[in-house]
Amino acid sequence: MKTGFSVFLATFVALGASWCGFVLAPVLQLGGAKQTVILQTTDNWPLQRPGEATLGLQIYRANGCAACHTEQVRQTGVAFNLIVTSAGKNPDAVLKAISESEPNQSKYTEHVIGFPGVIFVGISKEQADATSDKITAAGGKVETDLTATGADIARGWGSRQCVAADYLYDQPVQLGSLRAGPDLSNIGVRAPDLNWQLRHLYAPKSVTPDSTMPSFKFLFEVRKIGDTPSPDALELPLEFAAADGYEIVPKPEAKQLAAYLLTLKANAPLYEAPFTPLTTAK
Amino acid sequence: MNPTENNSSCDREINASLRVPLLALFGGAAVWLVVGLVLGLIAGIKFHAPEFLGGCSWFTYGHLAPAANDAVLYGFCIPAALGVMLWIFARLSQNPLALPLVPVVAANLWHLGVLIGTVAILLGDSTGHTWIEYPRVAAVLLFAAFLLIAVSAAATFGWRREQDLYPSHWFLFAALLWFPWIYSTANLLLISNPLPRGVVQPIIGWWLANNLVFVWLALVGVGTAFYFLPKISVRPLANSGFALFGFITLILFGTWCGIPQGAPVPAWLPTLSSVAAVLTIIPLLAISIVTVKTVCGACVSCHGPFCFIKFGMISFVVSGILYLAEACPQYSRVLEFTWFGVGQTQLQLLGFAAMILFGAIYELLPQVMGKPLPLPKFAKLHFWVAIAGVLLFVVPLIIGGIEQGEKLADASVPFAAANAAALQFLRVSATGQLLILLGALLFTANIFIMTIQWKIGLVKMVIAYLKSPLETPETVEVKS
Repeated sequence: MKTGFSVFLATFVALGASWCGFVLAPVLQLGGAKQTVILQTTDNWPLQRPGEATLGLQIYRANGCAACHTEQVRQTGVAFNLIVTSAGKNPDAVLKAISESEPNQSKYTEHVIGFPGVIFVGISKEQADATSDKITAAGGKVETDLTATGADIARGWGSRQCVAADYLYDQPVQLGSLRAGPDLSNIGVRAPDLNWQLRHLYAPKSVTPDSTMPSFKFLFEVRKIGDTPSPDALELPLEFAAADGYEIVPKPEAKQLAAYLLTLKANAPLYEAPFTPLTTAK
Repeated sequence: MNPTENNSSCDREINASLRVPLLALFGGAAVWLVVGLVLGLIAGIKFHAPEFLGGCSWFTYGHLAPAANDAVLYGFCIPAALGVMLWIFARLSQNPLALPLVPVVAANLWHLGVLIGTVAILLGDSTGHTWIEYPRVAAVLLFAAFLLIAVSAAATFGWRREQDLYPSHWFLFAALLWFPWIYSTANLLLISNPLPRGVVQPIIGWWLANNLVFVWLALVGVGTAFYFLPKISVRPLANSGFALFGFITLILFGTWCGIPQGAPVPAWLPTLSSVAAVLTIIPLLAISIVTVKTVCGACVSCHGPFCFIKFGMISFVVSGILYLAEACPQYSRVLEFTWFGVGQTQLQLLGFAAMILFGAIYELLPQVMGKPLPLPKFAKLHFWVAIAGVLLFVVPLIIGGIEQGEKLADASVPFAAANAAALQFLRVSATGQLLILLGALLFTANIFIMTIQWKIGLVKMVIAYLKSPLETPETVEVKS
C-alpha cells in the first residue's frame, strides 16, 4: 500500500464485491418477486392488505413497535403426526399393527379410544412411513400430518417459520431484532378480536397483567359521553376505565394500527414452508 | 514513530488551520453524545416504569431507542471521528488543513442534519429501517456534509509532503470512501418510493448496519489507534506488515458479515455471512497482535489518552468476538432477538469507538488549541467513570441476553418469565448508562470551557487590535 490509488483500489474491490453480493444480487433475485400459491390450493399468497391496515403499518413504523417486537417466527425442523381415519374392515388387525409399531406405545394406548384418532405425535419421517405402511397393510386408512418444530412454534407464535414471501407487500418491512415483547407474525391469528387489540393498546395490563408494554394512550381520546355513547368506546375493567361520565374512544390511528395487527397472519402452508393446516372437520 | 513531525513552525500552522473546524465538529458531537445518552437512559427506564412520561408519543421506547442510538452514532461517533481524521491527515501530510472553511460549513450542516433526524424520529417520521431512521432531508444533509469533509480531507491527503503512506492512512482513507457508498446506496434504495419488494429491504438494511457499525467504526477506530498508540508511547508501530494484512482482510471479509442466521431470506445470504464471520477472526487477530506488540512495555502514565485508546482496542476485540459469535448458527439460535445484540452494539459504539475518540480528542485538542485542558482532573475522572460505565452497561446486557435467549428457546418457560429474567439485568445496565452519561458531561465540560476560553481570547484579541492598530495580532495572542 504505497500509494493512495492502491488503497482506493483495494477499498473499491472489497466493498464493490459485497455491494454486488448483498445489494445487487438480492435485488435481482427477489426484487421482482410475485405472489406464490398456497399449497394444495389455487389461492395466492400473500394478499394485499386492506387500506386501513396499510395505514396501520405506518402507525406501527412511526411508533417504532419493531424496537420490541419481531415479525419473524423461526422453526428448527419438521415432525409428523399420524392419524388413523378409519380402521377398515378389520379393526383388531389395525390395533395390532399400531401396537407393534415402533414409536412409543404409551401414546397409542392413551390416545386411541376410537377411530379416527391421532395415534402418534412428533415422529420422524421414517417412523411415520414405516408405521403407516403397516397400518395400511392391515386395512386401515392413515393420514400423515406435517408440523413444524421449534420453541417459537411450541409457544404458539405460528404454525410454520416465516419466509421471504410473507413480506412481499410490507412497505417498510418491520422484521424487528429484539423480543422484549412477543413475536407478532401471527397476532391476527392469536387475537382476532378488534376490541381486544384496542384494549391492549390502551391499557396492556388490562388484558395481560404481566405485560411490560407501555400504554399507547395518545392513540385514544377521552371524551365526555354525549347524548348517545360512542359505539367504539372501549369496555375496560374498572381500574383502567375513564372517570364517570367519560368514555375512551380510539382515534383513527388506533383503529388503523389494530386493523394492521389483525392482518398479521403468516399461517398459509407454502412450498418453502410446508405444514398440514388444522381442519376442524375431522 | 510516525514520519518526521518535529517541525515546530509547521506544527503551529497545522494546528491553527484545524482550530475552527475541529471545535465545530467536536462541540456538536459532545452535545449529541449527551443528548443520545439521556434519550437512551429514559428509554432504559421505560422498561421498569412503562408509564414514565407515558402520555406523550415522543417518549415511548420505540421512539427513544432509535433516536438515542442514532444520536450516539451519527451525532457523536461520526463527526468526532471525522475531526480526528482531519487532524491525523494534516499531521501525517505535514501540511495545514486544505480548504479549512469547508469542514466548518460541513460540521454545521452535519449537526443540523442530526437535529432534524432526531426530532423526526421522536415525532414519528422515522423510516423504520434500523440505523437509517433519518428521513430524506436529514440524510441528504448528512451525505452532503460528509462529502464536503471528505473533499477537505482528501485534498490534505493529496498535498502530503511524504509520499509513503502510514498504516493509519489506509484505514482512514478507506473509511472516507466507505461511508458515502454505503450511505447513499442504503438511502437511495430504502427512502425511495416504492421501496424494493419485501425482504430486499432488510437485506440492504443489514448490509448497511454491518458496514457502518462494524466495518466503518473499525476502520476509523483502528486507524486512529494505530496513529496515537505509537505517537504517545514514542515507539514505532510494531509489525506494520500485520497491520496491512489486518486492513486488507478486514475490508475483504468484514464487509460480508451481518445477515442474521435466522433471517427469512434465501439461505445463501446468511450462509455467506457466517463464512465471512469465521474469516473475520483473521483481521481481529492481526490487529490485536499489532496493538499488543506496540503497547506492551510502553512507559506511559495511566488514565490518560493512551489508556482510553488501549481500553478502546480491548473493547474492539471483545465486541468483534461477540459479533462473530452471533453469526454462528448454533449460538445465533439462542442469541438472536435478545439483549445480547443490543449489548454488542453498545460495546462497539460506547466501549470501542467512543473510547478511542475520547482518547484522541483529549490528546489532540490541547495541541490544536495551544494550551492544556482546562479541567485535567475531569479528564482523568472521565476515564474511570467511562470504564466502569461501559462494563456496567454492557456486561449485564450480554449476560441477560444469554439468559433471556436460553429461556426463549425453552417453550415450557412462559414468555413473561424470559422477559423478566432480562429485566433484572437491565436494572444494572441503567446504572452503567448513568455513569457513561456522567463521563460524557465531564468530557463536554472540557470541550465547552476550551471553546469559550478560545472565543473570549478571540474577542480580547479583536478589542486589543482595535485599540492599538500598530500591534501585530501574533503578539496579542501570546498575551491572552
